[in-house]
Amino acid sequence: MTTDALRATLRPLKKSRPFDLAGLSFTALSGFAAFLIVAMVAVILGDVVIHGAGTVTWEFLSAAPKEGMTKGGIFPAIYGTVLLVVLMTVALVPFGVGAAVYLHEYARPDAWFTRAVRFAVANLAGVPSIVYGLFGLGFFIHFIGGSVDRALGLDVVFGQPALMWAALTLALLNLPVVIVTTEEALRTVPREMREASLGLGATRWQMVRHVLLPQAMPGILTGAILSVSRGAGEVAPILFTGAAYYLPFLPHSPTDQFMELGYHVFVLATQSPDIDATKPLLYGTVLVLLLITFLLNITAILLRARLRAQLAGRS
Amino acid sequence: MTTGSRPLRPGHDAAAFRRHQILRENVIAWILRGCAFSAVAGLLLIVLFVFKEAWPILGDRVTQQEANLAGFFSQPLWQPVSETPKYGFTPLFAGTIKVVLVSMLFAVPIGVLAALFATEFASPRLREILKPCIELLAGIPSVVLGFFGLMVLASWLQPITHAPVRLNAFNAGIALGLGIIPTVFTVCEDALRAVPKSFREASLALGATPWQTAWNVALPAASAGVGAGVLLGLARAVGETMIVLMASGNAAITSGDVFDSARTFSATIAAELAEVVVGSPHYATLFFLGALLFLLTFFINVAAGAFVDRLRRKLAGA
Amino acid sequence: MTVQTPERPAVTQEPPRATPPPPTVRAQQPETAEGASPTHLSARGLDLFYGAHQALKKVSIEIPSHSVTAIIGPSGCGKSTLLRSFNRMNDLIPNVRIMGELRVSDIDILAATTDVVELRRRVGMVFQRPNPFPKSIFENVAFGLRMLGLKDRNELEIRVEDSLRRAALWDEVKDRLDRSAMALSGGQQQRLCIARSLAVEPEVLLMDEPASALDPTATARIEELVLDLKARYTIVVVTHNMQQAARISDRTAFMLQGELIEFDDTRRMFTSPHQKLTEDYITGRFG
Repeated sequence: MTTDALRATLRPLKKSRPFDLAGLSFTALSGFAAFLIVAMVAVILGDVVIHGAGTVTWEFLSAAPKEGMTKGGIFPAIYGTVLLVVLMTVALVPFGVGAAVYLHEYARPDAWFTRAVRFAVANLAGVPSIVYGLFGLGFFIHFIGGSVDRALGLDVVFGQPALMWAALTLALLNLPVVIVTTEEALRTVPREMREASLGLGATRWQMVRHVLLPQAMPGILTGAILSVSRGAGEVAPILFTGAAYYLPFLPHSPTDQFMELGYHVFVLATQSPDIDATKPLLYGTVLVLLLITFLLNITAILLRARLRAQLAGRS
Repeated sequence: MTTGSRPLRPGHDAAAFRRHQILRENVIAWILRGCAFSAVAGLLLIVLFVFKEAWPILGDRVTQQEANLAGFFSQPLWQPVSETPKYGFTPLFAGTIKVVLVSMLFAVPIGVLAALFATEFASPRLREILKPCIELLAGIPSVVLGFFGLMVLASWLQPITHAPVRLNAFNAGIALGLGIIPTVFTVCEDALRAVPKSFREASLALGATPWQTAWNVALPAASAGVGAGVLLGLARAVGETMIVLMASGNAAITSGDVFDSARTFSATIAAELAEVVVGSPHYATLFFLGALLFLLTFFINVAAGAFVDRLRRKLAGA
Repeated sequence: MTVQTPERPAVTQEPPRATPPPPTVRAQQPETAEGASPTHLSARGLDLFYGAHQALKKVSIEIPSHSVTAIIGPSGCGKSTLLRSFNRMNDLIPNVRIMGELRVSDIDILAATTDVVELRRRVGMVFQRPNPFPKSIFENVAFGLRMLGLKDRNELEIRVEDSLRRAALWDEVKDRLDRSAMALSGGQQQRLCIARSLAVEPEVLLMDEPASALDPTATARIEELVLDLKARYTIVVVTHNMQQAARISDRTAFMLQGELIEFDDTRRMFTSPHQKLTEDYITGRFG
């Protein structure tokens, strides 16, 4: 057949578009999914704010629980949470920043050690939080704590759940967060800054210390704040490593147990003998926990947005 | 004419200064290497100590008399604190699968579709509402989602589902879904955004509608990323503890009905470990469950990583 | 990416390394320049690879001290790569392999035992885009000094002022030394970067297209400055601007596709080049 003959067998293409029901419903469905997310967030937050706002008074924030946790406040839990995240940050940030500096400024990317570290960072981030709890119990409390006790001839002092073991467990859990955000921050420092400082005869560490770290500071802060916010909300890792159901005193040593906001929410919600009496306190505690984590998250998000804008402005 | 360095500091021993500096540089490099090693050490120690505490299950006769591999899979009941303890994993398996399945069926369509909406259809204004909402949802601690599932969601869902109990696998699955939507959304959105604009322009210029473009061009191009998002969501769902612990009812029963109460691997560990005798068969069994969880999430994450690599290669090669 | 040039002049081809010192493309002693100044920087049979791509091919050159040497050539010809080899800035790029011999005075630049940090203190560098640190003007100039452990405030001030004066920037910034360097104009920033390099008292100043990001007025000031500085420093300038090379340099090297085609007294180079390729480039037939 000739081309002309072939073409004669074809019908002309329809150029006009029929009513596109599938397309419209698909678009609408995806919009609905997005709407659902927004709605669910609004419902959760709205519910907590409506039921919790009345409870959160100065007295609630500053008093200890009373009458079998059906009255009083949550001060010990706030105090314990703050201590926990402070200790965690102190243990975490130097290691995380140091590791990120090593990976980004010192390591040869193809060396086996570098690959091992990157593999470990990626997989640490995926380990379930409850497994961190098991690890904290098995390693920090029974192995390290138990060994210290035996070595010093002590009764059980270190070999039991304690503030410092919980903080160290959370530090390991958040190590990938700090490493990844710090590396991202180091990436935003332009190559010219490295060349300029090395070209002046600065050593590698001088370049890191005096040029890169100051410029990467917002990013490093972002990582630290994100991990603090995560640390304040994670309950599973501290279930067996230090959080206490109720303590009549405030912790005053790293070997003490402590009350914590997230754990307090769990306790009030599941262990209360009289849930109706506890409910206002429960909502109040959730509200306080959410406010703390959101304030931290918003700070981190704003810092990160500024950082990304800087980066985009450069490339 | 001088060619050597002019003395920068008269009377200053440049060579000694430099020797000192080199020493310092080396010490610092080793410290930093040590910091980096802490990540490797952390992962190794997790493996070592979780498996060490679980070891009696495989290697200790006395423990094996009470808790052993054969029993885990043949024993139909999980009753670790009864007169004769029974350690059958079957009910926990059933509970885990039900809860995770419900959460995935809930979270994956919403997460993927919302990501498509955000990248393909939404106006910048809508996107600016959606993104912070996702960030907020991701920032809600899981204990709060557990609380929400327990106190609020359960009361709303029961009249609709007519479930026999308030707290059941379905309820926990929905609450868990809330927790993994941000993971699925974020990974998918990243993947979709990485699809070059030229792909979409080419499709639109051929007269394809925006949804045809989204469905036939953008989504297939980003399919490996979507796969990674689903797998990462799955890993989180399997490992997530507090939500399930609080919203599922925690009854270890073997049933296929999602409206029955359910107990998962992770919730079992969280609920029971605080009360067991250290070194007992029950203790070793809980660590054994932890080791299983670790392995399971580890392999899911490795698979997700493979998907991410594939996406990167695909878009780089394109 | 690179297009093979049909005929390659034989002059620059190096004999194998085993033979006695290869005949380097040595500048015919220019009658105008200050007689026979000793060689300060030299390269012999330098090969450099980025992965599989060869960026420098058997480059041999001897750069005399206290003079301005310009390196010209089309983009991608390897002129910046050659420049950055002299203080091992290429070390920062992954997958670089470098072979041959590089010397500054008596030091073997490529030797494993060479202290790169010390090398860079002796061989300073000014980059294409002004790259001041986001610190004050004073701290920018004092940076290298502080890295050398200098803490005495008084000495720092003297040295900073001296460097700023030598970079012809002092009068413009003396009243605002504590302001951010980022607030300066592009030309001022570049002179600040020069002052910053001068502060650590290098012998050699490598300049990588120092004026390409600047407007004509600022460019003129940088050029004046270069002419001033050559009394005290050996200066190597990479430029894509042939007029600039003609204005400021004593000698000019022409590179093409990783090879040094010709190296000669600048005036002779621009009036009667020996190589056809040089002539073609200078007269604008390609590039």
